[in-house]
Amino acid sequence: MELLINLTVNGLATGMLIFLLASGLTLIFGLMSVLNFAHGGLFAWGAYSGVWFYTLSGSFVIGIIGAIITGIILGFITEKLIITPVYGNHVQQILITLGFMLVLTELLKVVWGPNQMAAKVPSYLAGSWEFGDVLIIKYRLFIIIVGFLVFGVFQYMLQKTKIGLIVRAGVMDKDMVQALGINIKRVFLYVFMAGSALAALSGVLMAPYSGVIYAEMGFEFAILAFIVVVIGGMGSFPGSLFAAILVGLAGSYMAYYVPALSLAVNMMLMAIVLIFRPQGLFTAKG
Amino acid sequence: MMKTLLKVEDIHTHIGQYHILQGVFFEAREGEVSVLLGRNGAGKTTTLKTIMGLTPASKGAVVFNGQDITKKATYTIANGGIGYVPEDQGIFADLTVEENMKVAMRKEDEAAYKRQDYVLQLFPDLKTFWKKDGGHLSGGQKQMLAMARAFVNDSKLLLIDEPSKGLAPIIIEKVMEAITEMKKSTTIVLVEQNFMMASRIGDRYTLIDDGETVHAGEMADLIHNEEVKRKYLGIG
Repeated sequence: MELLINLTVNGLATGMLIFLLASGLTLIFGLMSVLNFAHGGLFAWGAYSGVWFYTLSGSFVIGIIGAIITGIILGFITEKLIITPVYGNHVQQILITLGFMLVLTELLKVVWGPNQMAAKVPSYLAGSWEFGDVLIIKYRLFIIIVGFLVFGVFQYMLQKTKIGLIVRAGVMDKDMVQALGINIKRVFLYVFMAGSALAALSGVLMAPYSGVIYAEMGFEFAILAFIVVVIGGMGSFPGSLFAAILVGLAGSYMAYYVPALSLAVNMMLMAIVLIFRPQGLFTAKG
Repeated sequence: MMKTLLKVEDIHTHIGQYHILQGVFFEAREGEVSVLLGRNGAGKTTTLKTIMGLTPASKGAVVFNGQDITKKATYTIANGGIGYVPEDQGIFADLTVEENMKVAMRKEDEAAYKRQDYVLQLFPDLKTFWKKDGGHLSGGQKQMLAMARAFVNDSKLLLIDEPSKGLAPIIIEKVMEAITEMKKSTTIVLVEQNFMMASRIGDRYTLIDDGETVHAGEMADLIHNEEVKRKYLGIG
């Protein structure tokens, strides 16, 4: 039982990090129909800039805020320079965003050097709580809480605010939204910046979780995020949460019980979903 | 003579490699219902989309309220005072009726809510299904919602594309009553295949065939022009 709880907490924490990355990706795809392979680069930039701000200021909160601001600025630049010229053309989107992903990765090495960087858990989140044989690592619980909080805030915004309604309507019919007098391009930009901020938040939270960060980390996590978006349903925010938790838990259990399958399990899950429900487990309701 | 609110001057529109509109002309005068008539695929829907900037014209001009809007973005055209009800109604299926109305409201002030109340008097069914998802409405209810959404803002001009399409006669009657009521406070350009309906509510007509204007005039004249009706509409 204790083992199961530990594996579950571990899986949930990993799932939440993937969710934060995938949620931005799914919103960007759902609303803008943009395949953004540079999303992982924004995640890595979030990790590096966050650790840099954290080290400089000594405050993890400032590190998180710094990473989010970095994500927003990079999101603005990416949408304006990279995405805008290729709206509506998926092949060009894949090529240019993959290229930009490489640029973002190499730029990390230019700014912070080619070596791995260490990232520490802040003292107030270090250590664990013991309940009998059950060991709850504080930082993992922190990630789970942040993940659910972000989900709650975004769900509230999507469901209860005018901008949320516009985003959900835009996912369904962009032309009609414009015909109602709404500048959909501006909404695209805001969504792209919000998605980039979520990627950066995921990156900065990931840093102390794994202990080290490296420029290529974006590639690895972006693949997991894409798997989650496919499983959850492209454009579905709740779908991303569900699929990310599923992927996180499957990875955690498999790593313990069948280590040989721990990496393949995500691909297997995606293949099963694609065979029986190609549109994903959830429909795109924003 | 009534003021010309919308003037479409020799518009040509390409969609991909296809030259869909090849010279459409027409005018909509303030306070009137102008009807675009023609067979399926003649270019009526594309004409409305071109006015809205959804399929921009490659040649020609669209002048609305004295301003050239040919190259303007769709949202700017809408904010300038043109409401649009597309052929497929454009209902946001996963939003409730209330949310559909809210997205459409440009300003959420007292005047807008008063207008919404007035719209709901025109379409009382919508109040009954206020919290229901747009995707779960019947065809007639969707049409009413689409028209209510376009009318909730103080638009000077409404473009309505085939409001009777696929609807039962009793619903068509309701839609016609609503358009007649809307006509009291706005100008309407209507695309309609149902000649009975078009002739009852239209003041003027423009016949479009193979992407170009072939005939135009007062509806009262067309009703008695059997030759034109037979040649371009296949009726009479």
